[in-house]
Amino acid sequence: MTHTESHITDYRVYGWVLLALLILTTITITVTWIDLSALTVLVALIIASVKSFIVLRYFMHLKFESRLFTVFVVMVLSIYILVIALTFFDYLLR
Amino acid sequence: MAEAITHSYLENTGKYKGILAWLTTTDHKRIGLMYMYAMMVFFIVGVLLGELMRLELFRPGQQFYNAQTYNGIFTIHGIIMIFTVVIPGLAAVFGNFSMPIMIGAHDVAFPRLNLFSWYLFILGAAIALSSQFLGNGPPDTGWTFYAPYSTQTHTNVVAAVFGAFVLGFSSILTGLNFIVTIHRLRAPGMTFFRMPLFPWSLYATAWIQVLATPIVGITLLMVIAERWLRIGFFDPSLGGDPILYQHLFWIYSHPAVYIMILPAMGVITEIIPTFAQRRVFGYKAIALSSLAIALVGYFVWAHHMYTSGMSITARWVFSLLTFLVAVPSAIKVFNWVTTMYKGSISVKPPFLFALGFIFLFMIGGLTGLSLGSLATDIHVHDTAYVVAHFHYIIFGGVGFAFFAALHYWYPKMYGRMYNFRRANMAFGFLFVGFNLLYFPQFVIGIMGMPRRYFDYLPQFTLGQQISAVGGLLLLIGIIIMLANLFSKKGAKAPDNPWGGSTLEWTVPSPPPVENFDEIPVITGEPYNYE
Repeated sequence: MTHTESHITDYRVYGWVLLALLILTTITITVTWIDLSALTVLVALIIASVKSFIVLRYFMHLKFESRLFTVFVVMVLSIYILVIALTFFDYLLR
Repeated sequence: MAEAITHSYLENTGKYKGILAWLTTTDHKRIGLMYMYAMMVFFIVGVLLGELMRLELFRPGQQFYNAQTYNGIFTIHGIIMIFTVVIPGLAAVFGNFSMPIMIGAHDVAFPRLNLFSWYLFILGAAIALSSQFLGNGPPDTGWTFYAPYSTQTHTNVVAAVFGAFVLGFSSILTGLNFIVTIHRLRAPGMTFFRMPLFPWSLYATAWIQVLATPIVGITLLMVIAERWLRIGFFDPSLGGDPILYQHLFWIYSHPAVYIMILPAMGVITEIIPTFAQRRVFGYKAIALSSLAIALVGYFVWAHHMYTSGMSITARWVFSLLTFLVAVPSAIKVFNWVTTMYKGSISVKPPFLFALGFIFLFMIGGLTGLSLGSLATDIHVHDTAYVVAHFHYIIFGGVGFAFFAALHYWYPKMYGRMYNFRRANMAFGFLFVGFNLLYFPQFVIGIMGMPRRYFDYLPQFTLGQQISAVGGLLLLIGIIIMLANLFSKKGAKAPDNPWGGSTLEWTVPSPPPVENFDEIPVITGEPYNYE
């Protein structure tokens, strides 16, 4: 297809994203000093998910591209989550 | 359609001549044929290994070779047939050859990536086959590489596993290529619901290839890590869990069955309306059932594990999900039969093979339900019944659909016809041989004959011997079929020998290099027979 669209993002936006990612990384490292026992992995995963969300949205252009790509990402993530859930479902009930 | 002024894709017009022109091609049609030639070599090797097993099992006790050799033979038979024949299967050959023409495109979206996929395929196959000759002897784990045995046996498991890993990348890249091609390169006016149903099935397949294959990739690397670095993923003595291996393996390998069968169903959906000269019944139902099979097929993997020590709740949940996946499969079968109803049917070889597919797939599918239900599975798990069920789906289904597709698109591929009488004779031998070979396995399986056993009790002798005769007939059928297709040139094929209505029949046989002088504009549905 010859039709292409380009989106130019302001450098300041990238600056803010970088800052947000750095802050979240600092939080990830900081919480390892606190003993959250069973919640440790959960907290690390939540922070990592927020970071991935920001990267996908801005650096990987999901925010500016066709909705279809967002649908694809959500679909793939849902299948992934379901597969993991079904596997652990066996472990929890064994 | 305008007569093509360009060269046929079979003529060399580029920089190179002869074999080099093929090895450097980015033409989707040539790459399709290259997959086909490579797969035929692997298929023949796999068939001969299968016949060797039949010979050994002709009588109880040792006949020609010992038990360890038998273990090696069924393992490499499985690896060759699964990873190098049926997983690339119809998608790599006919998906490459026909799909871009059927959607009105000049080529796939990434032609060079397509050629790279073929090289990965050859490289992966070579690595997997090297396991036979290098290291401490051929792997003896079965094609499933179940842990912890696969992490402990001294045979050359690493080469086989790494070969399968590389083959997986070939599959992922082909899937990615097809998804982008179908989204971006459809002819103007061809909406998703005006697209023929073979591309629809490839689209569903491609998503499974992209999403499921990485899981087996990482699982196989975990086996290597456990063997080399003693990291305890699966071996309980290292702190691992063998059932985790089975989960991870089947999370891919069950959807892989749909990678094999969905394109087969797609081909049958092309052949039936052409030879019944009738609009396909339930177009949308067939299209969406492909997606439904792909989606539900993700969540049924643990039906391979009912006897492995999973939790009781997980067992019945997976059993329920397994029964759900039968629904879209049945939708397709009912729609094929209804398409034929009151059609003006011409029984030519591709149609015969398609009918053979429906019959054998039905037996395979229905026996799958008795395996999917918990109580009966406990009885027949790991018996010859499973071997029979599996071969009815994969050989009776995918294999016969492959032969059907080959006889259907052969005139388009080579611009030549073949001898119908010999093709029908080959079908007769294949169909009778196939049923004689595998049906007795259902019976002796229920009687208690375990799978993968080198020796057996005398009461199974008759069944094994009928199977051996069937195996011989099947081999004769394959030889007649290949000789008919590839030994001498037939008459020149017209552009549309079967009266098909999809786009590939509007271009010359064989098609020109870029398929279309001018991309057609689509104004209606694909199966338009008054």
